[in-house]
Amino acid sequence: MKKYIYKYIVCVAVLFGTFSYAQQTPASKQSQAISIVGVTAHIGNGQVIQNAIIVFKDGKIVRVGTAGSATEGRVIDAKGKHVYPGFISPNSTLGLVEVDAVRATRDQNETGSFNPHIRSLIAYNSESKVVESCRPNGILVAQITPRGGRVSGTSSIVQLDAWNWEDAAVKIDDGIHINWPNNFTNGRWWLGEPRGLRPNNNYAKQVTEIQTVFDDAKSYLNGSRSPKNLPYEAMEGLTKGTQKLFVHVDTEKGILDAIDFGKKNNINIVIVGGYHAYKVANTLRQNKIPVLLHRTHSVPELDDEDYDLSYKKAKILTDAGVLVALENSGQMERMNTRNLPFLAGTVAAHGLDKEKALQLITSNTAKILGIDARLGTIEAGKDATLFISEGDAVDMRGNILTHAFIEGRELSLETHQTKLWKRYTKKYEGK
Amino acid sequence: MRKSYLLLLLLFCSLSAFAQEYFPKNDGVKTESHTITAFTNAKIYVTPTQVIKNGTLIIQDGKFVQTGTKISIPKNATIVDLTGKSIYPSFIDPYSDFGLQKPKRSFGGRRSPQYDAERKGYYWNDHIRPDINPINKFTFDNKKAMSLLKAGFGTVNTHLQDGIVRGNGMLVALNSKADNSIRILDDRSAQYLSYRKSNASRQSYPTSLMGSMALLRQMYHDADWYAKGNAERTDLALEALNANKNLVQIFHSGNKHNSIKTDAIGDEFGIQYVLVGDGTEYENITAMKATNASFIIPINFPKAYDVSDPYAASVVELEAMKHWNQAPSNPKALADKGITFSFTMHDTKSGNAFKANLQKAIKYGLNKTKALEALTTIPARILKQEDKIGTLQNGRQANFLITSGDIFDKKTVIYENWVQGNQNVFKDKAHKDLRGKYTFNVAGNMYDVNIAGSPEKLKATVMKDSMKLGSKISFKNDWLQLQFTTPDTTKTEFIRLTAPVRNTTFFSGKALLANGSESSFNATQKEAKKAEDKKGGKKDGKIEVPKMLPISYPNGAYGAAILPQQETVLFKNATVWTNESDGILQNTDVLVKDGKIARIGKNINDRGARVLDATGKHLTAGVIDEHSHIAAFAINEAGHNSTAEVNMEDVVNPEDVDIYRNLAGGVTTIQLLHGSANPIGGRSAILSLKWGRSADEMLFKGADGFIKFALGENVKQSNWGDTETTRFPQTRMGVEQVFTDYFQRAKEYEAKKKNGKYRYDIEMETILEILNKKRFVSCHSYVQSEINMLMKVADKFGFNINTFTHILEGYKVADKMKEHGVGGSTFSDWWAYKYEVNDAIPYNGAIMHNQGVVVAFNSDDGEMSRRLNQEAAKAVKYGGVSEEDAWKFVTLNPAKLLHIDDKVGSIKTGKQADLVLWTDHPMSIYAKAQTTMIEGTVYFDLDRDKQLRRNIQSERNELMNMMLLEKNKGMKTQPVRKKEKVHHHCDTVEF
Repeated sequence: MKKYIYKYIVCVAVLFGTFSYAQQTPASKQSQAISIVGVTAHIGNGQVIQNAIIVFKDGKIVRVGTAGSATEGRVIDAKGKHVYPGFISPNSTLGLVEVDAVRATRDQNETGSFNPHIRSLIAYNSESKVVESCRPNGILVAQITPRGGRVSGTSSIVQLDAWNWEDAAVKIDDGIHINWPNNFTNGRWWLGEPRGLRPNNNYAKQVTEIQTVFDDAKSYLNGSRSPKNLPYEAMEGLTKGTQKLFVHVDTEKGILDAIDFGKKNNINIVIVGGYHAYKVANTLRQNKIPVLLHRTHSVPELDDEDYDLSYKKAKILTDAGVLVALENSGQMERMNTRNLPFLAGTVAAHGLDKEKALQLITSNTAKILGIDARLGTIEAGKDATLFISEGDAVDMRGNILTHAFIEGRELSLETHQTKLWKRYTKKYEGK
Repeated sequence: MRKSYLLLLLLFCSLSAFAQEYFPKNDGVKTESHTITAFTNAKIYVTPTQVIKNGTLIIQDGKFVQTGTKISIPKNATIVDLTGKSIYPSFIDPYSDFGLQKPKRSFGGRRSPQYDAERKGYYWNDHIRPDINPINKFTFDNKKAMSLLKAGFGTVNTHLQDGIVRGNGMLVALNSKADNSIRILDDRSAQYLSYRKSNASRQSYPTSLMGSMALLRQMYHDADWYAKGNAERTDLALEALNANKNLVQIFHSGNKHNSIKTDAIGDEFGIQYVLVGDGTEYENITAMKATNASFIIPINFPKAYDVSDPYAASVVELEAMKHWNQAPSNPKALADKGITFSFTMHDTKSGNAFKANLQKAIKYGLNKTKALEALTTIPARILKQEDKIGTLQNGRQANFLITSGDIFDKKTVIYENWVQGNQNVFKDKAHKDLRGKYTFNVAGNMYDVNIAGSPEKLKATVMKDSMKLGSKISFKNDWLQLQFTTPDTTKTEFIRLTAPVRNTTFFSGKALLANGSESSFNATQKEAKKAEDKKGGKKDGKIEVPKMLPISYPNGAYGAAILPQQETVLFKNATVWTNESDGILQNTDVLVKDGKIARIGKNINDRGARVLDATGKHLTAGVIDEHSHIAAFAINEAGHNSTAEVNMEDVVNPEDVDIYRNLAGGVTTIQLLHGSANPIGGRSAILSLKWGRSADEMLFKGADGFIKFALGENVKQSNWGDTETTRFPQTRMGVEQVFTDYFQRAKEYEAKKKNGKYRYDIEMETILEILNKKRFVSCHSYVQSEINMLMKVADKFGFNINTFTHILEGYKVADKMKEHGVGGSTFSDWWAYKYEVNDAIPYNGAIMHNQGVVVAFNSDDGEMSRRLNQEAAKAVKYGGVSEEDAWKFVTLNPAKLLHIDDKVGSIKTGKQADLVLWTDHPMSIYAKAQTTMIEGTVYFDLDRDKQLRRNIQSERNELMNMMLLEKNKGMKTQPVRKKEKVHHHCDTVEF
């Protein structure tokens, strides 16, 4: 035991030593009006304004105009450059894990299977180096989401430049996340079953279990509520319609059942992942169910599927009239968050109009997360959460940021990584 | 060994009536029986090709004595009249585990892995068990014997199906009435091998297919060395292996890929294995033929998938459905190709399933003579036991079947299976066929009775005038019982008849009338049942062969029946990224001829060329991925800290659909690297992604050999769990010593080798190649300390590390790398997944490049590999590398690192035409690969892709309908299943 504790202390010491230096200081409140002029403005709602002028003050956008309209305060000449609304990464675990392989840094997955009361916000590390690395690529907002279990917990939406989680919060406890039962299950090969996927015989039972829990919760919330039941209390927003239920589900049948579940229980649902959602696009449209679509950069699950299936699903859904945004969960998801723009770019490469592809990581996401009154587009009255890029921000070669703002605060675009870059470049130049 | 055999014999003899003539007898008087039995008037299949009609077969003392038409039957013979019946040799299963219990694998507990062998005095690896002789573990299994006999088998060659080398088999006649001294026909018949480890030992090595292959090769070298008397200690396993050398070597290869590889290993050591396949041989029948091997194949044809639920059906892949459709043609394909093959019951659940599948194979065109050979003479020949079994020729064991007719006919009944002259009866062969129309006279009342059904299970219809009476019939051992109701429907009363039937045309017996009084009855046959009107088999002899989809290469999604061929192609008016001093050429034509880049210039014309209008498009060299783990059956041999003996070329999976997807991303060449489970990994395979071709054809011709090394967390097992703390090294300090140790040993090995007396060691040979600059190191690496360390170790031993792969802190030691002359193949932007990538920065590539290091971006990931063009663009974004140079990160530079830049990597006259036509600037996010060619052959094309997609849809649809039809016909189905697809990375360990 002693040995173990010793090891632990060493480990913490090492981590502390490594993680505690070189974080960028969060920017202070916008003190003067800023005008960006001469810029190509990608509004985020499909519209592009050439040679635009954008004025923001006290953290809010006050004017979006064309050349010749009035400027105010500090003027940033962004001729030849592009301005975008801050990109939003939904269904993210940013700040919940620092290093995947180091258990001590993993805080995204609580034990137990029914955890609506588990709140991601309070574990969100606003000083994570991974969070910091997202900003220079234009990702300025994220929905921090717990993982695991049947009901994983409650997510919150944060902006990515803050001293602490309280300052970071944009929308607290915005939704509850449920992992819908899978229609398929993996063969337990160690018990002699064949490897690979086979139908899950317990699916119906597992779906019934979810309904039972919701029934019980409703019964509790409408009763005396004594003694207190923390998980059920956490579900109040769902029943009142102030929270959304994010249903993580991939199969066709699962999606249809989830839609049905939402209707029956009068809950607003969002499909997350939605591998096969494109096959039930019409039902999704008819029921006005939005989709946070799985990572564009993923290989098809089945040999028979089109090589570009993951690239083109967003277009298929968009064309069918479904509200879609892109999420990036999966392998190395936190560090890969900074590639979110390129997920959208790839969708454009495979047929979707470029500005519509941009909506998949801006206005559509904001709508689905219920933060569109403040975020997602560059429009008067909204937060001045936006950035300027040398070129096309969904293309690697163009995604080179010169300025970024969250609520009008101008962020540092430096990171632990840019510092190392400069340090070692100087080392060699010094030789 | 002999001694224990005798002991066993003694044991069994006391239980048996078949005492040896020289054995004392104390339980009665001495008796001997030498009965002669003659079977007459039968159709006799003496051999599958020699058939005697109306012949006689004589047996005595468990053996065939005489067969023919005009033979005189000894007077004292017992005569069995088999008019209308057939005699076949009993079947032989050459791949059986009859009477042998495989040891159980020990599970449970959080135990550290075991690296050393448990057995002392044997080979260093417990999974090499040539010393296993099943006679010591054999128990005759009466129940199993009976089911095999029913299925038609008379002899099996059984062995303990456990381990890589499994020891010898033995030939057992399924004679439940004798003892082992009689029924074991040969106690050392064939030696068996496989790639599966023994359950009896927890020894880790090998953890992979290529590890098993390497182990086998080393074992043969060691056996030779041992045989020459070089060993200082006794090794019972090698002794046994050498003793088994002259036995037939039967290898359970497991699948068609392994069959090719296994045969090649055999060739290296002058061994022609008999290969035990899996029923997919038809998919690559030419390669099977080229092995020259005899095959033992199961006929476990898959059942149709239950696709009635469309949601569930979506996971069934074309490959699995095609196999369902085509597998029954496997035996025919083997026969047509002239491949010698035998059947086995192995992997088939029941005798009935075996029989049904046999009939299915014949329905799919397998010649009946070939089928019979595959069950009799071929297994006998494979086992070199033709003098004992397989035919009805004189002197062979009297193992034969008596059947009602053609053994492969669905309606044929096996009456009896005789083994070593002992009769096993399953159906009464004298059973009369009572079916027909009769008039029954029961105490003066006449009834019309129609008897139908099958001879064993009759159905009667009893009519009184025009009234149908309820009835029940049974007919056993020639006794008939029939009961039926009286015409009086107001009462429940029966008339019961019983009679012995000596003659079906007329018989009589007792009747019990409804009122209880006894009387008599007689029956007259008006009409016997007409001869079989065979359904299915049409009169003109044509059998309807079920529809079979064409075989494609690979035989699943995106395969093609006809593979693309080399073409003369003229790209017109492209933007050409030469990667040469010419830079990027606008509005340029490129002519491809004979697989090479023939001309680059303006206004090129070539009458024979297919012209591709490339206006507005970009032509580049094919993308090369220096670090890939697609197209492999295994990645890591994790059983030792050095596994230089393994070779990824052994485990190339040419049918991995990720190859096709890579092509769709413009990738033409990959280095298939061993994983990073150990400091010294395995040798790599450099592959041209020639989708549809064989593993051998994909190997990049003339490429230098490479090997994977690894450093850091993976090799010190930091993230392997708490039990994995015993293998050396566990620290970076230890890693250095592993390398120093192996290089030092290799040098000493070389010295010994020069002296002539040495034990050939594949691992040392490989490491020696590195020291002698004939093999080159690509080393997985992360932090600067270890990078620096390995360069120093290499310096000390006088060679250079060729490439640091991953090399995430390369930017910290870029100057040292430049000085050492090592290249860096890195990720564009990966980090934060392990502790050792804390300081990984996306500017790494740019900094190393600026310091003059040859830099590549690699994938280590089957998804990212198909977007390496986008990854290259990140070198522009992070660190401002010029577009031309950034593009080289995924083309020319990896070609340099793999020493193939004289052939690929740039667009230059005379180089291999490995080209990609992009719809846009190749590093633009909006670019798609339109056409990807390797050596002038187009392996991917957007239009062709569309066509392949349509094919998949129509084939899926057609097969689903066929499966639904099968289900509706009441055939058994299996639930849908999707095969497991593993996306390999460096740290993928499979056990």
